[in-house]
Amino acid sequence: MSFISYLINGVSLGSVYAIIALGYTMVYGIAKMLNFAHGDVIMVGAYVVFTVVSTMGLPPVLGILLSVAICTLLGVTIERVAYKPLRNAGSPLAVLITAIGVSYFLQNVALLIFGANTKSFTSVVPLEALELAGGQLILSGVTIVTIVTGIIVMVCLTLFVNKSRAGQAMLAVSEDKGAAQLMGINVNGTIALTFAIGSALAAVAGLLLCSAYPSLTPYTGAMPGIKAFVAAVFGGIGSIPGAMIGGILLGIIEILGKAYISSQMADAIVFAVLIVVLLVKPTGILGKNVQEKV
Amino acid sequence: MKKLKINKTTKHNFITYLMVFIAFAAASLLLAAGQMSSLMEGLLVPLCIYVMLAISLNLTVGILGELSLGHAGFMCVGAFSSAFFSKCTEGTLPDGFRFFIAILIGAAAAGVFGILIGIPVLRLKGDYLAIVTLAFGEIIKNLVNVLYIGKDQNGFHFSMKDSISLNLDPEGQIIVNGAQGITGTPNDSSFIIGIILIFISLAVILNLINSRDGRAIMSIRDNRIAAESVGINITKYKLMAFSISAAIAGAAGVLYAHNLSTLTASPKNFGYNMSIMILVFVVLGGIGNIRGSMIAAVILTLLPELLRGLSDYRMLIYAIVLIAMMLFNWSPRAVEWKEGMKEKYLGGLKKRREKEVK
Amino acid sequence: MSLLEVSNLTISFGGLRAVDSFNLQIKKGQLYGLIGPNGAGKTTVFNLLTGVYKPNEGIVRLDSQDITGMKTIEINKAGIARTFQNIRLFRNLTVLDNVKAGLHNNYRYTAIEGILRLPRYYKTERRMNEKAMELLEVFGLDEEAGCLASNLPYGKQRKLEIARALATEPKLLLLDEPAAGMNPNETGELMDTIRFVRDRFDMTILLIEHDMKLVSGICEELTVLNFGRILTQGETAEVLNDPQVITAYLGE
Repeated sequence: MSFISYLINGVSLGSVYAIIALGYTMVYGIAKMLNFAHGDVIMVGAYVVFTVVSTMGLPPVLGILLSVAICTLLGVTIERVAYKPLRNAGSPLAVLITAIGVSYFLQNVALLIFGANTKSFTSVVPLEALELAGGQLILSGVTIVTIVTGIIVMVCLTLFVNKSRAGQAMLAVSEDKGAAQLMGINVNGTIALTFAIGSALAAVAGLLLCSAYPSLTPYTGAMPGIKAFVAAVFGGIGSIPGAMIGGILLGIIEILGKAYISSQMADAIVFAVLIVVLLVKPTGILGKNVQEKV
Repeated sequence: MKKLKINKTTKHNFITYLMVFIAFAAASLLLAAGQMSSLMEGLLVPLCIYVMLAISLNLTVGILGELSLGHAGFMCVGAFSSAFFSKCTEGTLPDGFRFFIAILIGAAAAGVFGILIGIPVLRLKGDYLAIVTLAFGEIIKNLVNVLYIGKDQNGFHFSMKDSISLNLDPEGQIIVNGAQGITGTPNDSSFIIGIILIFISLAVILNLINSRDGRAIMSIRDNRIAAESVGINITKYKLMAFSISAAIAGAAGVLYAHNLSTLTASPKNFGYNMSIMILVFVVLGGIGNIRGSMIAAVILTLLPELLRGLSDYRMLIYAIVLIAMMLFNWSPRAVEWKEGMKEKYLGGLKKRREKEVK
Repeated sequence: MSLLEVSNLTISFGGLRAVDSFNLQIKKGQLYGLIGPNGAGKTTVFNLLTGVYKPNEGIVRLDSQDITGMKTIEINKAGIARTFQNIRLFRNLTVLDNVKAGLHNNYRYTAIEGILRLPRYYKTERRMNEKAMELLEVFGLDEEAGCLASNLPYGKQRKLEIARALATEPKLLLLDEPAAGMNPNETGELMDTIRFVRDRFDMTILLIEHDMKLVSGICEELTVLNFGRILTQGETAEVLNDPQVITAYLGE
């Protein structure tokens, strides 16, 4: 029974990683850049909810909506100010390092506003824990909500990308920016939309994460961000189903590793799995192999 | 023409060495005259450490052209292996000699790690390489935190669980105590040794760059396919650059370990934040510009200490400066603008000079 | 006795036979042309000869040594050097250092000797400089030895690429569209250079080219590729008058 409960917790954590990883992977697919600051958008989202709900005492729904709105705006602004000018820069390192700078910036702004102390986050999930199998298997409300949200996000995103015009435009831009432009697709708009969606998802991930692990600091987003990034690479960066699979697998590996191997080494195990996967398949599980043309 | 070029690099390198020497002389004079605050005095060794790290990472990022986000991991390997050695041999070897060997051990251990990690990961490119080096750095830090080593009359005992499972004799001694790290490492680091190590690192890298092997490394950076087509062994030279870079980071780690009484592997000193900090030195000083990255390391270490009042804003200022520098140096529009300005102000001068030559 | 013997060379990319049963024999000292419409597989042949791709079938022999399936650097050591259609210089190295990178395997000292600046470093570097300058003079690039390669004008970049390839002391030199992007004057000059290289270094040269003036001016024999297959092979004048070739280029 404990194995099943670990597994479900793993899927739950994995759903959070998957939601974050989706943001990474969509941005990578379209802008061909690693948005290192993505994890910190999560942290910003969580602080917004914290301020609205715990400090101002307003209803959680308002907090969630505001958090999503602010993160969306933040994502688009970051893209416009810090990344767009570097889109055609000579070195791909340039925009990566800028993203690292943005990540530092967000962390330190949060540090100045909220201080380094850990804030205890009140869960925004009102659901009661569920007891199964005669009380042997207890699923917390957060776990259930997280998994359900994960499924909804994945289905909606897949439908959006494959069915809607904007989604098709995204695919076109990620395939070939120049050609998409020639076909009359608004490339700048599409890239901005991608950042908006990714950041909105980050806000959702932020409040799910903090509802499950209720301690909030300016660095809260960094580690999950990096792990989600690992998940995206793991599944094949640029691939939407890859990010989902990678995220969920990573969550399961982390929880099982913590439970059965060593709780201190859980991070090391996650990273070790990534390395092994990349060595076997250098572009991740579902990644496309692109050969350099000579 | 040929003569001229050689003189130019020699002169350039000479200025770099001279700069380090002048900084050393100035600091020594201030120390001797008792004009240096204890705060500054305490910063001297860390400055040497950061300068070495900046030189080291610039070899990987600027000369080899690969992004590593795991350099703190190599520093960690150097720090722990040397501190372990020093703890074990304290009292049995003369101090100076012991530290000399400790430096060799730290550098060699990090260099070996560089090769071990480099063999699998250097096949990956760009972003993938960056994330895997980051992963390795985190793994190293994580492993050191669960490592327990003790010593008694039966020899060494290892454990990955806790200090009790070492099964030491009552008079046995715990040397590496998991997350508590190593305590009581002899305080061997000094400013002068730091400066000597900087000189050695500089000599190694500058001489490497201006040699056959350095050319091979830079040709891989500029065009891997063309480098292969003229018979340059990509793997060999990538590994060479990576392991030399790791070894220098390891030596910096030795300096770090022997400057503190307690050595622990926390996210702050050996986590990816540290790796990124080193990267900031390199990027601000100029990717591939060794001298620039040294200056950046010194300024970015001193600045927040000198502006004590701003210490809260220190990292924020870092972040803003980093973003601004990247935008200014790399965005196509800024590059164009700079070219235009150069043309405008230096164009006339250049033309006149060209005429004179003709 | 041929210097280069290629028989039945074939490679497929996802079911498409990019090069199909390719045969070629080049005699020592020959100036040989490989022509054909865009997408005919000419550059793929170069990539197969230099080990960038591994052939599915076929044998490549250089000077009777079997080099099929070897790695690029081994093939270079065996004696094939090339230039690229889209110029691939070491852009941030000087012109001199580009050529010296080409000398890499012929002038050796260890990394330790280089870092410690032992006598062999100075001796070998001096010899490398002399050799590299000699090559640069041949191509009229000695004045620019200290410039960055990326600052050279286009025509000179093409020449530098040839100089770098020659620095590896090959037996066979492959030139991939050396005249691309050149005006008629520059092309004329390039033709002289290629002839000069052949005579001066006793070189065997295989080149891909679209410029018919250059091809008919300097190539002794030609192979025409179309859709990955050999359309015709033989002496330049005959091949260029072959109605099949004219159709392939101009369409039906």
